[in-house]
Amino acid sequence: MFEKFFSQASSKWMEGTGEEADIVISSRVRLARNISAIPFPHLLQTTEAKKVVAMIYEALQSLQSNEQVKDLTPVYLQDLQPIERSILVDKHLISPQHAEEAGGRGLLISQDEDISILINEEDHLRIQCLYSGLELEKVWNEASQVDDLFESVLDFAFDEKLGYLTACPTNVGTGLRASVMMHLPALVMTNQATRVLASLSQLGMTVRGLYGEGTEATGNLFQISNQVTLGRSEEEIISSLLVVAKQLIDQERMARHVLLKETKNQLEDQVCRAYGALTHARVMSSQESMSLLSKVRLGIDVGIIKTASLQTMNEMLVLTRPAFLQKMKGKELSPFERDVQRATMIREKLLDKIEK
Amino acid sequence: MYCDECQKKPAAVHLTKIINGEKSEVHLCEDCAQAQHKEWTLGIDANFPLNKFLAGLLGYDPQATGASMNLTFTPPEKCESCGFNYNQMSQIGRFGCNRCYKHFKDKVGPLLRRVQGSNRHTGKVPQRTGGTIRLEREIQSLRLALQEHVVREEFEEAAKVRDQIREIEKKLGR
Ligand SMILES: [Zn+2]
Ligand SMILES: [Zn+2]
Repeated sequence: MFEKFFSQASSKWMEGTGEEADIVISSRVRLARNISAIPFPHLLQTTEAKKVVAMIYEALQSLQSNEQVKDLTPVYLQDLQPIERSILVDKHLISPQHAEEAGGRGLLISQDEDISILINEEDHLRIQCLYSGLELEKVWNEASQVDDLFESVLDFAFDEKLGYLTACPTNVGTGLRASVMMHLPALVMTNQATRVLASLSQLGMTVRGLYGEGTEATGNLFQISNQVTLGRSEEEIISSLLVVAKQLIDQERMARHVLLKETKNQLEDQVCRAYGALTHARVMSSQESMSLLSKVRLGIDVGIIKTASLQTMNEMLVLTRPAFLQKMKGKELSPFERDVQRATMIREKLLDKIEK
Repeated sequence: MYCDECQKKPAAVHLTKIINGEKSEVHLCEDCAQAQHKEWTLGIDANFPLNKFLAGLLGYDPQATGASMNLTFTPPEKCESCGFNYNQMSQIGRFGCNRCYKHFKDKVGPLLRRVQGSNRHTGKVPQRTGGTIRLEREIQSLRLALQEHVVREEFEEAAKVRDQIREIEKKLGR
């Protein structure tokens, strides 16, 4: 019933639709909620944790008549293979922490993977909503409605002064972490990324490189999220992140414009070489593929490449990950075998698109 | 938050130093705090157990002035609901249960001001368990709406809003 979650890269956030989808890959909202009078997950024994999972599954049962949560599928994380849990992490549906300590942890997941509710991660519930493109208001509204539904049947820990009470004081208040995943290759190429992104911390935003080691983002992908969860309303948090994202989009577009104007031949050369390598290479490391895919993606955005879609590029972010490659092969692969499988998969995926 | 000294381990000790009237905040991990402890000229017995010493630091009172460093001692109190104490909390950076926020009320305020820059929630209120605060907020926004209608001389609308306010006030038992 939930095999497709691990066999297909078809989450809603990969569709490449929505506002500014060329630069903003996805928008996400996460709400931290806890059930009153039950210790936070880190203090629970596995048996107690399982009771919390059961309680939330039961709550879901009682909400079944509701359109919005009707198609949520409950999953016990310990019933999954480690590789399947890794795939959920790569698809941004659960956190690495949630995948690692599967005992007593649960998950509710919608059919198109736009809603996932993590049970017993750092908090009893982490309601997450994830869309393609810059759609922060939509994801907030959807997450908030799901929150309302669960609140109608569960006693959430709430304090009139402090708001929603969470295990970690950095989430208390709204419990809201809103984030956007952005592709900013031109800002990186023009050496502006570090300066621009560093200035965001003064605006109360956190920047994280994605799929890279530490702060280095190999695919020019950056996740920007709000730092503070207390003292501001959800609407204020969402709108300030929206403003920041739009400023970054403007700067990225400006940098692309300059690159196209001043160094058109070099840019075309880089993009087409990347495309050539992706469609012909036989061995491809994860890092190399991320860097080449970023160039091709930029090529699609500025009209140099016309034979691949943003959706394919988004899917590739997940398909090139070790867990998915091994799942597709149906066995564990050595790092070298993975690099071969990765090259094969990318080639087939890109060339297949041309033949159609 | 990481240790000011080594930048590697999470800060477990947070204190306010007041030197010549100049206030500064220091955040240290347990190891660096122990190392620095030897250098500090504090009026404390050198054999004083470190964990109690840390507990004292965690109970600091930022308002007090005068001494070169201000330390007040409070034994590690436990949350009655979950048994978690504030030392454990500051070591792992998490509370034990939602009631910890009440039990450690005095420390939660300054802590939140430090990590969040605020200690008052102004966002969403749950419909069912939000208590009267939801209604209070509704009244506030209705009063603003009422004022606007009056300014624009939309008296019919204003009357409607006024009735809505009365309705909610009744619910609040006023
Ligand atoms: Zn240290
Ligand atoms: Zn407690």
